[in-house]
Amino acid sequence: MSKYKISFPHMADYYVPVRYLLSHLMEDAEIMVAPPITSKTIELGSKYSPDFLCTPFKYTLGTIIEALECGANVIVQAGGGCRYGYYSELQIEILKELGYDFTYLNLVSCGKTDIKKIYQMAKKLNPHFSVLKACYYGFITIKMVKYMDQIDHIIRENIGFEVKENSFIHLKQEMLEHFSQVKTYRELFSLYHQYKKKFLNLEIKKPKDYFKVGMIGELYTIMEPFANYQLEYELAKFGIAIKRYTNVQYLLFEKKHEIKKLLRQTSDYIKYKMGADASDNIARAKYFCTHHYDGIIHIKSSFCTPEIGAMPVISKVCSDYQVPVLFFSFDANTSEVGIRTRIEAFYDMLEMRREYEKSISRN
Amino acid sequence: MKKAYLGIDIGSISTKGVVIDSDYHLLASDYIWTEGDPVQAVRTLIDSLKEQLSDDIEIHGIGTTGSARKLIGLMLDANVVKNEITAHAVGTKAFYPDVRTILEIGGQDSKMILLNHGVVVDYAMNTLCAAGTGAFLSSQAKRLGVPIEEFGKLALTSKHPVKIAARCTVFAESDLIHKAQVGYPKEDIVAGLCRSIVLNYLNNVGKGKKIMGPVVFQGGVSKNIGVVKQFEEVLKEPIIVDPNSHLMGAIGIAILSSKQARDNIYPLEFKNITFETKGRECEHCSNHCEILNIYKNQKLIDTWGNKCPRGLQV
Repeated sequence: MSKYKISFPHMADYYVPVRYLLSHLMEDAEIMVAPPITSKTIELGSKYSPDFLCTPFKYTLGTIIEALECGANVIVQAGGGCRYGYYSELQIEILKELGYDFTYLNLVSCGKTDIKKIYQMAKKLNPHFSVLKACYYGFITIKMVKYMDQIDHIIRENIGFEVKENSFIHLKQEMLEHFSQVKTYRELFSLYHQYKKKFLNLEIKKPKDYFKVGMIGELYTIMEPFANYQLEYELAKFGIAIKRYTNVQYLLFEKKHEIKKLLRQTSDYIKYKMGADASDNIARAKYFCTHHYDGIIHIKSSFCTPEIGAMPVISKVCSDYQVPVLFFSFDANTSEVGIRTRIEAFYDMLEMRREYEKSISRN
Repeated sequence: MKKAYLGIDIGSISTKGVVIDSDYHLLASDYIWTEGDPVQAVRTLIDSLKEQLSDDIEIHGIGTTGSARKLIGLMLDANVVKNEITAHAVGTKAFYPDVRTILEIGGQDSKMILLNHGVVVDYAMNTLCAAGTGAFLSSQAKRLGVPIEEFGKLALTSKHPVKIAARCTVFAESDLIHKAQVGYPKEDIVAGLCRSIVLNYLNNVGKGKKIMGPVVFQGGVSKNIGVVKQFEEVLKEPIIVDPNSHLMGAIGIAILSSKQARDNIYPLEFKNITFETKGRECEHCSNHCEILNIYKNQKLIDTWGNKCPRGLQV
């Protein structure tokens, strides 16, 4: 048994593919999923973070601390195109000052992925590390992420209309358990199609003129349900189908191909890429406006600079097309009552607009 | 017997209640301080409303709104429990059918509602902080030693309002102290404060939304004529302030309850009913959900605050 205990920060259900990949590449090490995010996580994270940093930093720092407390000694972290790219450097410093002794496997350092460095690191953690195996299991993991995201699309469109309470959530849990035990790609592939069928066959009661709402925003807060106070689920409960393009599949694999197309589609509003996902979100807002969506909800964590830049443009797009947009900014401690009030009012507004449109078409 | 509907708006600072008839005429109304005890405030409020009503009135519907709407809705067994944004829009629409913009500044929150053809098309509410709300205005009035009722009148006498930072309450406060310490006359500071509230509101809540007339201003702060005047100057639009502007949320929710009224009659008798909330922390996981158990006559009627079914166990 090796002395390594590897862990990584949480985001939604993506711990399943990450755990899968790591457990097949680091056979000797123990892969530990950090404890689920709770109020204590964010409390810990906020305590040791600079106050004006974006909230995802606080969440990830909190999960890392909790993982270290549970005995992890290797932490894997990635990076992105905004402040996220600098998370690991800062987190290493903070955690060292707190006296934790661990190895930090930084997949993206200074905004770049250094394959050679990662390889050396992997060799150190597992002397039997094989590139061939990494490619094979890497491929399965990528497909797993893709399938999870595709199932999530189905869930978001239908969960608000479920007949049996929690039927979608329970089925998803079951699917994830099966996913994490697959041995070959073929197995994963057939599981995906089985579950896709099961999801589509779940009993729902969808009225003909249901509401459609598009969700856009900063990647972590929109994807991690705890960070957005389960906004998607709360909204769905009103009987709303939700569309969200931001997911790991998009960010890692589709974005680089699609971004040029998206920029072209929104050339009447923006000329240049605005950093992180700002331009994507503006393009999505325009897409939702022109495809008969009833409303748009924009979510970000406080102090998320790229999204702050995108917000005025999004309001402009939405006022041009007369589609209502609601902005949410989440911090470590946002009042849930306030969120509830805003969602309720948003739904009432959608209903009133619908009634008005009907009364016009009748006359 | 005459059918009537009760609407109650329980805000953070004040509790407003109205009784209206089927034609939306006001039969009774009152405005009292919540003082951190919504249950007691509502008991007092209902007693006062009952005194104003004649004997041939039957309450056929009850609506609650405001931040304590859920609790009071349970207590009164209300037939409509709705958020204050919708309530304000409905109430204002009933009196000003062609209203396009509703500005609302209350004790802890402020909102802007845009309507078109009587339909809410957009709204905004302040986020995270209470900058530019009534609470800030009243705390600053206390600091300056001006009674809040005199505040607006004093502001009107100013000819040269001082400039006060409008972005953030904390900056505004230190700016205000500085202006006071260099000896500006009080009326100029007070007028500057009114202006900073207006600019703050338009920056933080309005955020470039197109404000079109007719503009109706309501909420507790609308009673402050200094702020009304500053709104008129900044927006260059006449600002309508209804004599019942502070009651508009309660009127709106009463109207909504009249639309969904059932046949039962509410007795409005709460003397023998005990109502209490017991809070506890759930120990099942590190979420430490704050569980609220609501008891009516010592009987558990509802539980809030649990993130999972484990929190339901008493």
